[in-house]
Amino acid sequence: MFIASLALLAVVWELYKTVGPAGGGKILGARLLPKAENRSMPHVWDMLQRYTRAERRGGTRTIFMVVLSGLWFTLRIALAGLVLGVTVGLGLAVVMARFRLLERALVPWLVISQTVPLIALAPLVVSWGGRLHVGGFTWQKWMSAAVIAAFLAFFPISIGALRGLTSPPASAVELMDSYAASWGSSLMKMRLPAAVPYLIPSLKLGANAAVVGAIVAELSTGLKGGVGRLILEYMRESTGDPAKVFTAVFGAAALGLTMAGFIALIDIGVSRNRPKELAA
Amino acid sequence: MSAPVDIVGISKVFNAGRSNAVTALDDINLNVAPGQFVSLIGPSGCGKSTLLRLIGNLTEPTAGSVSVNGKSAAHARLDGDYGMAFQQAGLFDWRTVSRNIELPLEMKGFDKAARRARAMDMLDLVKLREFADHRPWELSGGMQQRVAIARALSFEPKLLLMDEPFGALDEMTREHMQSELLRICATTGTTVLFVTHSIPEAVFLANQVVVMSPRPGKIAKIVNVDLGQRNDDTREDAEFFKKVTEVREALRGYDHVEPMPTRLDDR
Repeated sequence: MFIASLALLAVVWELYKTVGPAGGGKILGARLLPKAENRSMPHVWDMLQRYTRAERRGGTRTIFMVVLSGLWFTLRIALAGLVLGVTVGLGLAVVMARFRLLERALVPWLVISQTVPLIALAPLVVSWGGRLHVGGFTWQKWMSAAVIAAFLAFFPISIGALRGLTSPPASAVELMDSYAASWGSSLMKMRLPAAVPYLIPSLKLGANAAVVGAIVAELSTGLKGGVGRLILEYMRESTGDPAKVFTAVFGAAALGLTMAGFIALIDIGVSRNRPKELAA
Repeated sequence: MSAPVDIVGISKVFNAGRSNAVTALDDINLNVAPGQFVSLIGPSGCGKSTLLRLIGNLTEPTAGSVSVNGKSAAHARLDGDYGMAFQQAGLFDWRTVSRNIELPLEMKGFDKAARRARAMDMLDLVKLREFADHRPWELSGGMQQRVAIARALSFEPKLLLMDEPFGALDEMTREHMQSELLRICATTGTTVLFVTHSIPEAVFLANQVVVMSPRPGKIAKIVNVDLGQRNDDTREDAEFFKKVTEVREALRGYDHVEPMPTRLDDR
C-alpha cells in the first residue's frame, strides 16, 4: 500500500507540472499555487536520476552514497538522542509516579521546556558541552546534537510513561500492598509492565521528535556530515541544480520512516502477548 | 490457637476533623474462629469493604484494634498471613495464568521450581490446569475469578479476605463458583471473610452471617447458619429459606423509613 501511495504521489506531482501555471498562480488574490516549472518542481525522473550522478562536477562519489552516509550520521545522532530521551523521560516519570506532589511541581516545567526555541538552545548546549573535559573524555559536537534531539524526545515519553505507571487500578495497588510489596518491587512487577502499552505511542512520538531534533540541531550547531547539513548545502545550489535538494529531503523523510519502522518492530515484540484492544 | 480475626472496638472516620467527616464504622467487635466462613452483608455504604480493608491493614482504624492470627494487622500483612480477592479478578495481562498465580510466591521469595509446582497444584484445585499457559484475557469471567482465588491461596494463607468476588458474574456462574469455593475451602481449611450484598449468597456460603447497618456502619445482627453439607438442593431447602428470611429481616430491621434497595432482593 505504501508503494502504491508513493506512486500516486509521483503521478500527482507530474500531473500538476503539466496543468499547473509555470510561474505560480493566484487563488482569490493570494499566491497559493506553487510554480510548476522545472526549477521549482523538477521531474520525478530527474530527481531519481540525480541520485546516480556524482555529487559535484568531477567528483567520484554519487549523491546516493553521500546522502546515505549523511543519513547514517544523522540516524546515529537521533538514536543516541532517543536513548537519552527515553532514559531521562522514564526516569522523570518514575520519580513523578513515586512522589505525586512532584508531578504537579514538575509538569509545568516540562511543558515550558518544550516551548523554548531549539535555535536558541543549540548554542548554549554547544558552549556548555565545549567546556566539559572529564579525564580523557572530551565533548564532541555530535553529542550536543544528540542532547538537543533528546530534549525534544523526552517530553512525550515522560508524559506517556507517567500515565502508564499510574494506570494500575486501586485494586491492583491494594493487591501488591496485601503482599507487603515494596514500592520498588511493585514498580518492577506491576507499574512498569502496565506502562508498556502506553509507552509505544510515546516512543513513536519521541522517535519522530528525535529525528526532527537531530536535523535541526545539525543546522543550528553547524555540525557537518549529516543529512540536515546536506539539505542546507544543496538548497544553496537549487538554482543551478534543482533536483539536488530533493535527494536530501527524501533522505530525511526516509530517516523518519526508518525510525518509525524501528519502533514498529519493538511494538510487535512487546504486543505479541497482549490483548488486542487497550481498554484505556 | 489464637483467633484468625479479633476486632475490638473498631471505628473508622474518613476526613476526620473536617466538615465532610464521614463515620464509616462505629464500635465494631467481631471474633472469628479458625475454619469459619463468615459473610459480611449490608447495603452499599455500610462499611463492609472498609472493615475488610482494616483487617488486611490496607487502611488504618481511627480507634480500636485489629489482630490477625494473634498479631497486629500490620504485622500479619508483612508476614503474608492472608490472601485477598476482589470483585475484579485483577489478573495481570502480561503474565500467563500460572505466572499470575506465582506472583505472590515471587514476592515471598519461593524459587522458580517451587513456584511452578505450587501454581500447578493450585490450578488443579480450581480445575484450570489446561489453561496454565493461557493469557488471562482468553478466559471467561468466572475462570478469571477462579485464577484470582488460586492466586490468593497459592501461598497457603490461613485467612482469605474476599470483597464481592462474584459480584460481576452472572447468576449461573455465580452459583457454580459458590459451590467451588466451598469445596476449595473444605480442602484447605482456610478461614474466610466474604463481603457480599447478596442474601442467598451470604447464607449459602457461611457459618456466620454478619448483618451490617449503614451510617454509621454497625453490626446489626449475627445470624448463625448450619446447613451441613451443601449442594444445589440446599438452595431449595426449608432451612436455607428460613435463614434467608432471618437475614432479610435483620437487614430491614434498622430502617423503616427508606425501603431496602431492590437489588438486594434481586441478587
